[in-house]
Amino acid sequence: MEHVDAVVVGAGLAGLSCAYTLAKAGIEVLVVERGDYPGSKNVTGGRLYTNPVRQYMTEIWDEAPFERHVTKERLTMLSDQSSITVELRPDDFAKKPYHSHTVIRPVFDRWLAEKATAAGAIIVPTYKVEGLLTEGGKVAGIRAEGDTIAANVVVAADGALSFIAEQAGLRSRHDPEDYAVGVKETVELPSKTIEDRFNLRGDEGCAQLYFGSLTKGLTGGGFLYTNRTSISLGVVVGIGALMHSAGQVETVQLMDSFKQLPEIASIIEGGETLEYSAHVIPEGGFESISKLYSSGILVVGDAAGFALNMGIIVRGMDLAIASGVLAAETIKLAKKNADFSAASLATYEALLNRSFIMRDLRTFKNARRVLDNPRLFTKYPEAVVSLMTDLMSIGTEPKPKLSSTAMKHFRKHFLNLSALRDALSLMRV
Amino acid sequence: MKIEEKLGKDVFKVDKEGHIKIDTEICRAKCKPKYCLSVCPAKVYSLDPNGDVRPNPDGCLECGACVIACLDEALSWHYPKAGFGVQYRFT
Repeated sequence: MEHVDAVVVGAGLAGLSCAYTLAKAGIEVLVVERGDYPGSKNVTGGRLYTNPVRQYMTEIWDEAPFERHVTKERLTMLSDQSSITVELRPDDFAKKPYHSHTVIRPVFDRWLAEKATAAGAIIVPTYKVEGLLTEGGKVAGIRAEGDTIAANVVVAADGALSFIAEQAGLRSRHDPEDYAVGVKETVELPSKTIEDRFNLRGDEGCAQLYFGSLTKGLTGGGFLYTNRTSISLGVVVGIGALMHSAGQVETVQLMDSFKQLPEIASIIEGGETLEYSAHVIPEGGFESISKLYSSGILVVGDAAGFALNMGIIVRGMDLAIASGVLAAETIKLAKKNADFSAASLATYEALLNRSFIMRDLRTFKNARRVLDNPRLFTKYPEAVVSLMTDLMSIGTEPKPKLSSTAMKHFRKHFLNLSALRDALSLMRV
Repeated sequence: MKIEEKLGKDVFKVDKEGHIKIDTEICRAKCKPKYCLSVCPAKVYSLDPNGDVRPNPDGCLECGACVIACLDEALSWHYPKAGFGVQYRFT
């Protein structure tokens, strides 16, 4: 039976960041990945916030195969017949170090895997873990078909469903209210077309979020990210919310009607769909994080529930990378002390608590409850869009004063108890 | 664009054995709403003439939405064997 210091299950961003950091420190690390290559099973909406992670693995970022750096942030509110888009283009987003980047995972993850391999990690693709090896109540390695690998520590980096964390007893059954499903199409377009349609120069990129009528009242929204020669386009919707709709709303149909919106159709016109992908996303935030360690095991990235929906910002990959590195730092210390017990691995939680991961998760722990409000996706976008439409329209009749149009809408939509309550609750985000 | 056409863009390595099993007894007895039918982004699940849920695992995107939505655990869902299933290239 083989024996290594650490086995990482899953070659995603958390697992690979952990492996790279361990290998750099001269620690034996094996990464097993069920896909044919790192990234082959991995899905992202499309954007990595780079600022939080640049402090980790500092030497690699200059070479990263990013698609575009995002210089333009757009937020679109949709009603059934109309939409409002707000565009933000801060000069700073066009300056180095860039604020965020769009990525394509099969490309990005393969690059990070090469970095880890060059540092000394061994990555074994097309290898599916069947379960954990345990010894006296402690995790002692992994089992695969006809094979076992013993390890001082196993890193569960096996994504949002994490069967490994479940087997280790670190996580209970997934609650549908804590997860969303994301669907995405990658649509190919020439780079020049993308730059023209979004008014971008060179490697500049645009990120756009959509909310309102497109999710038929369910918690969720749409996204669009520009890559070099493609556009990542998709819809995210709460699984619990879909279930409450009792079959009235289907994931497939939401994506289809999103693509057919005039706001989207013109952007992707002439483009060819390269790929259709989907994945569940942990959205429970702080309160639904799994237990993070026990004797001989650590949980990182999506597997631990490290993702954050802040309404106008969605994050996951930056938390994954940072948690992978912090798990590696914990293992380095455990190796030095030759102690992989739960007490020793508790360092991981302490490091996480000091990092942006737990701080941000704590700060935004109320966001999910505030966002789980159908009025945010129906009534308010409708109200704002209709107010703006009235303000901007000239009809056949004489136009009332702008202030009386505004007051009329305000009284109709916002001067009531539920709106007041919602406004107060929004202040908790 | 039909779902079959979208899935046609993806690379799948199909495992004939399949990685999705449904306990029809549990599914019939306990689950009226059949959440899997609407949450699955690949339309893996459909109703047969008897009204029983049948999976077609060939086009499964391995997203996990059905596993989370199947509250009665009629579903036995595992990742496909190593080397099988969807292999993303542009996502």
